[in-house]
Amino acid sequence: MKYDFLKVPTSLGNHDNNRPGTNHMSNSLSTHRTRRFRWQDRIFRGATRVFAFIVLALLVGILASLIIGSMPAIHKFGFGFLIDDSWNPVTEKFGALVPIYGTLVTSIIALLIGVPLSFGIAVFLTELSPKWLKRPLGIAIELLAGIPSIIYGMWGLFVFAPLFAEHVQPWLIDKLGPLPVLGPLFQGAPMGIGMLTAGLILALMVVPFIASVMRDVFEIVPPLLKESAYGLGATTWEVVWNIVLPYTKIGVVGSIMLGLGRALGETMAITFVIGNAHQLSTSLMMPGNTISSALANEFTEADGKLYTSALIELGLILFFITFVVLALSKLLLLQLGKHEGKKS
Amino acid sequence: MFSLYARRQFANKFNLIASLATMLIGLSALAWILWTLLTYGLGGVSLEMFTKSTPPPGSTGGLLNAIVGSLIMTVIATLVGTPIGILAGTYLAEFGQRGWLAPTTRFINDILLSAPSIVIGLFVYEVYVVSTGHFSGWAGAFALSLIVIPVVVRTTENMLKLVPNSLREAAAALGAPHWKVVTMVTWRASKAGILTGILLAIARISGETAPLLFTALNNQFWSTDINAPMANLPVVIFQMAMSPYDDWHKLAWAGALLITTAVLGLSVAARILFRQQSSSH
Amino acid sequence: MSQSMDHNAKISLRNLNFYYGKSHALKNINLDIPDRQVTAFIGPSGCGKSTLLRTMNRMYDLYPGQRAEGEILLDGQNILEKGADLNKLRARVGMVFQKPTPFPMSIYDNIAFGIKLYESMGRSDMDERVEWALKKAALWNEVKDILNRSGNSLSGGQQQRLCIARGIAVKPEVLLLDEPASALDPISTARIEELIHELKTDYTIAIVTHNMQQAARVSDFTAYMYLGEMIEFGKTDLVFTNPKQKATEDYITGKFG
Repeated sequence: MKYDFLKVPTSLGNHDNNRPGTNHMSNSLSTHRTRRFRWQDRIFRGATRVFAFIVLALLVGILASLIIGSMPAIHKFGFGFLIDDSWNPVTEKFGALVPIYGTLVTSIIALLIGVPLSFGIAVFLTELSPKWLKRPLGIAIELLAGIPSIIYGMWGLFVFAPLFAEHVQPWLIDKLGPLPVLGPLFQGAPMGIGMLTAGLILALMVVPFIASVMRDVFEIVPPLLKESAYGLGATTWEVVWNIVLPYTKIGVVGSIMLGLGRALGETMAITFVIGNAHQLSTSLMMPGNTISSALANEFTEADGKLYTSALIELGLILFFITFVVLALSKLLLLQLGKHEGKKS
Repeated sequence: MFSLYARRQFANKFNLIASLATMLIGLSALAWILWTLLTYGLGGVSLEMFTKSTPPPGSTGGLLNAIVGSLIMTVIATLVGTPIGILAGTYLAEFGQRGWLAPTTRFINDILLSAPSIVIGLFVYEVYVVSTGHFSGWAGAFALSLIVIPVVVRTTENMLKLVPNSLREAAAALGAPHWKVVTMVTWRASKAGILTGILLAIARISGETAPLLFTALNNQFWSTDINAPMANLPVVIFQMAMSPYDDWHKLAWAGALLITTAVLGLSVAARILFRQQSSSH
Repeated sequence: MSQSMDHNAKISLRNLNFYYGKSHALKNINLDIPDRQVTAFIGPSGCGKSTLLRTMNRMYDLYPGQRAEGEILLDGQNILEKGADLNKLRARVGMVFQKPTPFPMSIYDNIAFGIKLYESMGRSDMDERVEWALKKAALWNEVKDILNRSGNSLSGGQQQRLCIARGIAVKPEVLLLDEPASALDPISTARIEELIHELKTDYTIAIVTHNMQQAARVSDFTAYMYLGEMIEFGKTDLVFTNPKQKATEDYITGKFG
């Protein structure tokens, strides 16, 4: 027995003496324990797995419940629902064209304005900002994303829309209204609210999402690549436009898709400022409707199975479109990640 | 007649100034919105706001029932959503190297993270409100918990992945079973980070209106019955702001200030915690 | 291998091959690690010495795509067998890593964590065991008054000794040390070398090191590895003074590596 070396405290010594020459591992207690460990491990792993499944089940559940809920409307209206512009609760005739149109138009406006804004901000944050300012500026932009959407709505309705109606819209109607082609988009009365206002507010709301993803993808450009371009005498802008942007273009498209996904589904801010009118109008000055604002306004007041069902089908359409857009965005960003993985 | 060089310099200057301008636009929008909130909101803040329930049209009142309702639903939603999110996130980070489940879940979770919240409301309406036959605080809380889950899943996974593998190996090297490695070592090591995710999730649901519209609905009166329609700040603010009454507008702005303060406060707290987390590795 | 035959083999590797996915990291290794001796593994980085160490407690099992073929006999039992109890194996074969890895808990709990896994004992027994392990790792005097402080609050050298204490507190039979001193200052390194010397009376120790002087100072046996192959193995004094292979000599004399 060489185990006197251990000078283990007496209590432990006794413990050890029971199993001279070996350590504690070979006794039955520990075999019992390791067996217990094994099934505990299985249970723990199984439990976390179940919860991962729940996340998947959530998606399936949402889809299934929306499909079931919209069955009456699907049976009644078929595919015609998508291209019908009527919305009459009294005669129970419903079509999704107006809200789909409104959703697309406001989202397009949001991207037309939001993407250049986000790009500029991302460039500023990665290339121009002094180091000490990067963090606070980044936080400020992310705070924009933190402001709840009803706040955007209230600000839009009470502050932005009146100013817009008084100072900007008359000018737009005056200068752009008479133009060929573009003109019809800017005709009508300056009411403040409407699709253009909704699109502008939406632009502001998607900026933080697009800008922060763009900044992140810009930051993966290897410094060596940029330095070699600078070494040839390129200007900052030329580096951004000819090196950074091409290198990250998949990610940039991904960030734009993410913004689009956000814009399509945004509800409260739009409900405040779009005017909620079931009408199809060319002019962006006119009130309109989006899928989400129609839901927010009408769902609790909808009576009759068909009315509710038509609204749920709107929700289904919205979920389907955003799902596709967001999935594309995610795939693009993942691809960029892989591409990057290979380079390093 | 510009030389090529001068033209390039000009393009550079022009575009960089444009970039600066976009930054300024973003910042001024933030400042403008916050300034609006402060000026309109502070005017409406009063003691009554915290002591009286929402008024009928034309008379005065407060937001007490809405504040309490929001608190109740937020707490329930957090209690329901957080464990689910943490365990699912743990699966992705700790057990997700093999098989199809983890990558699929990760992908779907990221989509749910940005999915329109109003659709979550529709879902809970369909599966809960319709089957119970009435709107309720429970329905609202469930809808919010479904928004909590993807946020917590994402941050939990990210934070657990920040924990160096050497720590997991060290625990495994002592003969610790995997579940002990996770619960006693990796969860502990990323405590601050996981908490960050929970705070972000709470911040997110504090301002959510859309999923509550057809789940919790609203309740004009004082009520703590979770089985009945329940007042909540976002929906009350929405209805008051859309009303024609000046008193209500004032109250709505005060409520908006309250919500935004809470949301931004939580985000800042989350950020500070996160910084602690990242400096510990 | 004959030199190690006068000692009992604690661990025997038989035709051991190891793969990271498709890359073949260990090639047909045969080796007997003698009981209660210090065996050092040296060789240029990437030669597979750390990989070899990590097969002996099957640490590689944590990662998909890594696999070992052949046999590793611990007291005659093949630990690579399917169904081998990994938790138990790892409790018998302890490991200390290159960088200190204190758990995010108090100094006391760092030590108690491993003990509680396999032994039930009262508070006072636990106190004694913790004290014993910390004394063994020559850390007790420095931390006895701050046992409730976080393990992260210690200096790098102290943290590493804490990790060694944690490793011996569960009384393993074998200790694997993966460059345990490479991140430490010379004083801490000397401490740890002393410790290794003391520990070898009780434990079988396998140590991977970059530092040839260290291998010469602390080990009884030395294995030189290169590109996943075992080039030479023998008593340390012989390997260092009279290597049989030209490659070993070149490495040891610094002509290469």
